Amino acid sequence: MAMKKIQTILFSQVAAATVASTAYAQEVMTLDQKVNEVFATVTGPFVNLIFAPFPGTTFPWIVLWLVVAASIFTLYFGFVQFRFFGHAIKLVKGDYSDPNDAGEVSHFQALATALSGTVGLGNIAGVAVAVGIGGPGATFWMILAGLLGMASKFTECTLGVKYRNEYPDGTVSGGPMYYMSKGFDELGLPGGKILAIVFSIFCILGALGGGNMFQANQAHAQISGIVGDYPGWITGVVFAVIVFAVIVGGIKSIANVTEKVVPFMGVLYVGAALIILIVNYDKIGWAFGQIFEGAFTGLGIAGGFVGALIQGFKRAAFSNEAGVGSAAIAHSAVRTNEPITEGFVSLLEPLIDTVVICTMTALVITISGQLIMDPATGQFVLNEAGNAIATVGDNSGVALTSAAFGSSISWFPYVLAVAVVLFAFSTMISWSYYGLKAWTYLFGEGKMQELSFKTIFCIFIIIGAAASLGPVIDFSDAAIFAMAVVNIFALYFLMKLVKKELKSYSARLASGEIKKFKH
Amino acid sequence: MTTKLVVGLDGHETGERALAYAQNLAGLIGDCEILVAYIIEWSPYSFQTAEENAVRHKRREEEISTAKERIINPAIKKLSDAGVKTEGIVRHGDVATALNDISKENNAQQIVVARSSAGGFTKRIFGSATSNLVMSASVPVTVVA
Repeated sequence: MAMKKIQTILFSQVAAATVASTAYAQEVMTLDQKVNEVFATVTGPFVNLIFAPFPGTTFPWIVLWLVVAASIFTLYFGFVQFRFFGHAIKLVKGDYSDPNDAGEVSHFQALATALSGTVGLGNIAGVAVAVGIGGPGATFWMILAGLLGMASKFTECTLGVKYRNEYPDGTVSGGPMYYMSKGFDELGLPGGKILAIVFSIFCILGALGGGNMFQANQAHAQISGIVGDYPGWITGVVFAVIVFAVIVGGIKSIANVTEKVVPFMGVLYVGAALIILIVNYDKIGWAFGQIFEGAFTGLGIAGGFVGALIQGFKRAAFSNEAGVGSAAIAHSAVRTNEPITEGFVSLLEPLIDTVVICTMTALVITISGQLIMDPATGQFVLNEAGNAIATVGDNSGVALTSAAFGSSISWFPYVLAVAVVLFAFSTMISWSYYGLKAWTYLFGEGKMQELSFKTIFCIFIIIGAAASLGPVIDFSDAAIFAMAVVNIFALYFLMKLVKKELKSYSARLASGEIKKFKH
Repeated sequence: MTTKLVVGLDGHETGERALAYAQNLAGLIGDCEILVAYIIEWSPYSFQTAEENAVRHKRREEEISTAKERIINPAIKKLSDAGVKTEGIVRHGDVATALNDISKENNAQQIVVARSSAGGFTKRIFGSATSNLVMSASVPVTVVA
């Protein structure tokens, strides 16, 4: 039933967009507005449910849900993210990889693939949203959420590999849907299949939201910021055509170029951030002071320190996706006889993504002075609407990050624009795969099923580029967090299976039964 | 004791020359086995999409069987027809490292390769597989022109 309902919603959105495009084709600006309006109305109730606050407070229950889960996993596995950190690095380096498996998916490749799905706009635009609304203090909570999130990632990715499907033709499919149904069966618990179905539905929405519309939206914001304002649907159509060519047409060359360029862009981004920080080294101490002070006082932002905390936790989860379940799909293709090794490797992901890259962005924004502060009180000045900190040039999202980098390196916004477009593109490709896995889990494997999902995916790119940031980011967050609701619920039941693996592996590692191949 | 020679093939005419040279050498040595190797260039540190990862195991099997069928088996046939003892090896990895590993694992006395067919830009930046092998090998290397 639920599936039918969601399908209806999906198709009505698509239909609405199609109707909108025919009716308003002549008036371009109105088209963007119309798409925006329809989209906001349709997604509103879903968004409100996910972000409902605890009665009598402004604190969304979903934020607590994620943080509590990450804390429980951290304690339950005895701070696995710190104890096995060194081992995780050795695994990625290939110290424990069997040379006979050369040519198979390595730990490094599985990690890199998962990272290319998570490193992207969350780190650039998402952080700017967090810092813009929650002030520098949001960074503190973001780092904390990143560190705790490493344990959630460890749990889901271990299960992802352990319960993946390996087909006779040698291909693999893995992810929360598989560990939910198989894991629950193994424990003799009912309802695993139902959870898997609900998760798949949310995963499809997440793929269309955070993995697609948010990316298209911010890519458009970035491009139009440079070449001048033009209708969003144009960017949408261009992106949709290219993505379609890759995922449907199988034009490998485009994907191959992105694969090579995206890591390079990531390094370039972190490098530029480092240079800005080095040049402004005298302000780093001050910036960290702002981060710590803001974390507990809010420094005059809307919502005080709770506002900073909510923003920090929200954007961390959106950026590193710990507990969401998407990583379990990406990591599950690795070649290993020990599922837990991929769990160890995956815990590096929130570290790289959130603790390192997001923090860099936040520091650059803080140091740049783009956030307007009242020098007399040391408190931030709110914008006219009173919902975010006023910024130089009234920027938010990716434009804020761009302005912050631009204030130190004048030409960097151009590089950033290219980076954003490429990140957006690679994230879309990754999420089109996650969404597809959920889709085929629901509707079965097959050419027709694949094509239908991929077509819907491309249509949403256009909607995403045309809609304005507010409704898009709300829906994207809501859809991705809805995945976390189901996924974490299942993880609570399945975590004892991971504990068993962890005990057995640690014992064998200590006894020397698990040997290094490289010395 | 049987003398073992490792011959690195590249699927081109250049590799054929290395093979012919090794065959000639084997005739001169007498008690000699030729290990015919084809290395599929691969790195554990490359970047792939999730979709490629999902089908990787299948692709790997396909790559190995194609290499055997097109490159290794004809070479083996040619050698055994000539009465030379031989064995075929297909492996993924870095060409220079893998050929050297094979020679170490089998206690081979020599590696025979052809002068690299790669040229231009890539060669200038990374050097060719052949020159890497010559610099890193732990047994004598013969480079056939």
